[in-house]
Amino acid sequence: MVKNIVDWIDARIPMTATYNRHVGQYATPTNFNFWYFFGSLAMLVLVNQLLTGIWLTMNYVPTAEGAFASIEYIMRDVEYGWLLRYMHSTGASAFFVVIYLHMFRGLIYGSYQKPRELLWLFGMLIFLVLMAEAFMGYLLPWGQMSYWGAQVIISLFGAIPVIGDDLTLWIRGDFVVSGATLNRFFALHVIALPLVLVVLVFLHLIALHEVGSNNPDGIEIKKNKDENGWPVDGIPFHPYYTVKDIMGVAGFLIVFCYVLFFMPEGGGYFLEKPNFEAANPMKTPEHIAPVWYFTPFYAILRAIPDKLLGVVGMGLAIAVLFVLPWLDRCKVKSVRYRSMVHKLNISQFAVSFIVLGYLGAVPATPALTIAARIFTLTYFGFFLALWIYSKNEKTKPVPERLTH
Amino acid sequence: MSNAPVDTGRRRFLTAATAVVGGAGAVAVAVPFIKSWNPSAKAKAAGAPVEVNISKVEPGQLIRVEWRGKPVWVVRRTEEILANLATLDDQLRDPASVEEQQPAYAQNAGRSINPEFFIAVGLCTHLGCSPTYLPDTFGEQVEGVPSGFFCPCHGSKFDMAGRVFQGVPAPLNLVVPPHQYIDDNNVIIGVDQGDA
Repeated sequence: MVKNIVDWIDARIPMTATYNRHVGQYATPTNFNFWYFFGSLAMLVLVNQLLTGIWLTMNYVPTAEGAFASIEYIMRDVEYGWLLRYMHSTGASAFFVVIYLHMFRGLIYGSYQKPRELLWLFGMLIFLVLMAEAFMGYLLPWGQMSYWGAQVIISLFGAIPVIGDDLTLWIRGDFVVSGATLNRFFALHVIALPLVLVVLVFLHLIALHEVGSNNPDGIEIKKNKDENGWPVDGIPFHPYYTVKDIMGVAGFLIVFCYVLFFMPEGGGYFLEKPNFEAANPMKTPEHIAPVWYFTPFYAILRAIPDKLLGVVGMGLAIAVLFVLPWLDRCKVKSVRYRSMVHKLNISQFAVSFIVLGYLGAVPATPALTIAARIFTLTYFGFFLALWIYSKNEKTKPVPERLTH
Repeated sequence: MSNAPVDTGRRRFLTAATAVVGGAGAVAVAVPFIKSWNPSAKAKAAGAPVEVNISKVEPGQLIRVEWRGKPVWVVRRTEEILANLATLDDQLRDPASVEEQQPAYAQNAGRSINPEFFIAVGLCTHLGCSPTYLPDTFGEQVEGVPSGFFCPCHGSKFDMAGRVFQGVPAPLNLVVPPHQYIDDNNVIIGVDQGDA
């Protein structure tokens, strides 16, 4: 009976074939470790954001007059509104935690290298859209930080010569951030960008399954196949990695639920304190800082004492990640078999990123500004150094088979 | 059906012509979508001038009024503040207000019509935050200058005439809006001096 139904469907769309290609018989390296949890976790958080987001729109009012009050209404009067809202706001931060770890995994194991350049580019586009999505979502509660954060970020476009002023006017739809801005950000946040995001995630997965997953050894398992054409170091994604990923989900949910129920404001980093005050276009809060996941780039912006160059520097900090596959000229992928120079370089990059993140979150003082300048240099230094030493890097011999 | 040979030149021309016409149509359709993001007629009409009574402003005090949705400051400057302004020239980006950030009638030492009252749009020329007025503690930011404006967002500093200090992200002095005095106690913001 079931077989008849499946056959009937398979004669009309390639259901079984698609399932086998992407899940049932997708050959996955046998040596995935902790770092390989974050792809599936990112999907989980995406689903969380889509679901809770749809439910939030049912009670949210996207107007300058009604937005702030409607959030309070959701928090106090809608049944389980507080939970849906905190799931969404905590989910936003969790999304970036997971994505940053996922990107770091790609960085250490060389997952961006040939033949996975396009996979990396789709991933970077996802990161870019995610930042836009998070930024526009943060305006919607119409609190003080929402308002002034949007004012600052939109003004970044004003640094572009000649067209800058008209461009910011066009983005805001008013002479200052206003209800018009709120309405269009709402439309982009709930319809346009999620659609783009879902399409990009689809392309990211298709690109992954075409070239196959990288692994901690950075060896292509497709190069070593048995007589049936199955990679000898491969196992089917289901059931082996579905079970492993469920383990990851369980671990993730423990941390996620702890934040969700015991510290939903994340110590003022997930939901910032000035945002509990309604937007006031007359007065900037004493200390404004973006949400934590933007602070590394914000610190770079703030470190450069020139309006245009600051914006360019911040843009470059993200743009340079796009060209990473072409900056790294080494043929060995995994950090396990690369030189000490590379290990140190990746370490200093991770430290620079975290320190910049801290510096971007605290008020600027002259000493901290100098620190931000130094770490801006080391951030970019990572890429420059990589390009230089990777050409003739002294690497260790790479094994034929995966190690465990 | 005719079996005439395919005229590839003609086929290419027709394909190109169709693509061009279709492309022009797509561009034309994009116009309303892009234009609809511009400020609406309602937003443009909301920029009416505002009248401010300045008789109650104490020396050293700053009041905020809203004009076109932006904060406009009115600060009453004391003699000491005005005397201090003249000593700062070598620390400023544009001490003589060469850049057109003010109407011609305010292009002077105090960037004002009446030196006692400084009137400016309270938005940083860097990225549009509203700087904080530090009437007593500005010396922590710039040594020897007791009062000024400090932007909490990116640390830009302005003196008591809204002139930007060197070495900060903001490129320009604060904007002085068009304004005129009706009498000693009342100012209209948004109308140039001399205009009715």
